[in-house]
Amino acid sequence: MAGARGLALKRPSAIPGFGLALGFTLTYLSLIVLIPLAALVLKSATLGFSGFWEVVTGPRTLAALRLSFFTSLFAALVNAFFGVIIAWVLVRYRFPGRRLFDAFVDLPFALPTAVAGIALTSLYAPNGWIGSWLAPLGIKVAYTPTGITIALIFIGLPFVVRTVQPVLEEFDRELEEASATLGANRRQTVFHVILPSLLPAILTGFALALARAVGEYGSVIFIAGNMPFISEIAPLLIIIRLEEFSYPAAAAIGTAMLMISFGILLFVHLVQAWARRRFGQ
Amino acid sequence: MTDAAIAPLLDTAKPRGLAVTTEKFPVRVVLITVGVLFLVLFLLLPLAAVFVEAFRSGVGAYFAAITEPDAVAAIKLTLLVAAIAVPANLIFGLAASWAIAKFEFRGKSLLNSLIDLPFSVSPVISGLIYVLLFGLQGYFGPWLRSENIQIIFALPGIVLATIFVTFPFVARELVPLMQEQGTQDEEAALSLGASGWQTFFRVTLPNIRWALLYGVVLCNARAMGEFGAVSVVSGHIRGKTNTMPLHVEILYNEYNFAAAFAVASLLALLALVTLVIKITLEWRYADQIAASRRH
Repeated sequence: MAGARGLALKRPSAIPGFGLALGFTLTYLSLIVLIPLAALVLKSATLGFSGFWEVVTGPRTLAALRLSFFTSLFAALVNAFFGVIIAWVLVRYRFPGRRLFDAFVDLPFALPTAVAGIALTSLYAPNGWIGSWLAPLGIKVAYTPTGITIALIFIGLPFVVRTVQPVLEEFDRELEEASATLGANRRQTVFHVILPSLLPAILTGFALALARAVGEYGSVIFIAGNMPFISEIAPLLIIIRLEEFSYPAAAAIGTAMLMISFGILLFVHLVQAWARRRFGQ
Repeated sequence: MTDAAIAPLLDTAKPRGLAVTTEKFPVRVVLITVGVLFLVLFLLLPLAAVFVEAFRSGVGAYFAAITEPDAVAAIKLTLLVAAIAVPANLIFGLAASWAIAKFEFRGKSLLNSLIDLPFSVSPVISGLIYVLLFGLQGYFGPWLRSENIQIIFALPGIVLATIFVTFPFVARELVPLMQEQGTQDEEAALSLGASGWQTFFRVTLPNIRWALLYGVVLCNARAMGEFGAVSVVSGHIRGKTNTMPLHVEILYNEYNFAAAFAVASLLALLALVTLVIKITLEWRYADQIAASRRH
């Protein structure tokens, strides 16, 4: 079979419609995704390398990129920790309302980001349900980087839970029994047998949450305060540059963000390749 | 969560499996409490806040806010955009999954990962790319201007940005399922004399209908709720190029909170309906959308 394939573009098949389906797919993909993304890279290339570097390392841009990345990183870490607990509880235990909570995990996927943004702001504003509890303690959440992190936790949670959950469901209980038979206590079994084999899923979920958070806009801008150098995220800076009609600068920041996202996705691919070798999945 | 609500939870925090392969009772209770509290604090409380804030000024103000002309225009525009973007991505999803699942060809895995590309692009960049192409100072800007065609700050731009952000939804549900189903059914139909289109409509389509619906529902929710990408290309012209999420933003920034949350509550309802349909499909047709759940 492999030999018959040779240099031919496609393996012979009795099914019709290959040309039409692939032709339409490639045309649509090119028009909607590839050409517009190429325009982004092309536009930022008009700056030349030194011009690009100047925009991306300008103090305000650098502050925005740094803020976006580190709030996203922190939110993804929080999600990795609590996401594993939630996945664990949903898979391993039975309690009232479990299926309802399971269903609600997907809420951030379904709820429009602007709605999440104004809801979180109203909760954490100094006169909000949560904000009024925190204000006397001197903790300000809304209009600070803490608020940004809260919004990014909301957005990223399902990525960790939904990546870890299926792996935990398919985890072989006999391994746990074997571990217990060999004299391990429960804590040792969890930390030395179960969690290591969940690690690729946890890392993948963490990275997906991080990638989503770095580019997030809608849920963040309401709660962020949007002060340059303090609480101004990179996507907002792109919009500001667009409104100033400095297209190349906007494109350069966009390209830098794309490179960060692709770096994170490359990390996901490496983790999964490593997991396949390590655990033979 | 009050203490009274946790009490029944403690009694029934039953483990699955043998005693040796689960945690001690107190550990289970602590983990369940932590997990549930986190979900309540971060997911349910914001959802509840939307509805409470929406009705804060009374039911009359609520209905006034959602029937006011600018709100109605925003609702209509949102429905129109979804009515164009969702079918477009539906047709694309069918074509892409037919090509990828039914045939072996070079570059298939590359094509497969390119389809997912829009998911890893920030919404703001998804709007930005079309401004760079069709905006006043974009690559096609001068030409479009001389031909008097407006794309940015008009319906076509909003539709394009929406299509981009919802691009992978249908395809990524269908591709793994159709790959799992193979080509035997189609080959049988063809050998019995069915034409290509007959095979597609009578054999393939019934096989994938629930996964298709699943993808369309998720695609639609995102299409109606998209904010960042649409915000870049819309121009925010009240009553004209404002979709529902953008209308929410304008009202909110005018400190008209009750009205902003009233319109937002409609979007939250859409999210709840989407979740119900999604869960129902997952429970009743798990085997027919199972392939996609694993990805």
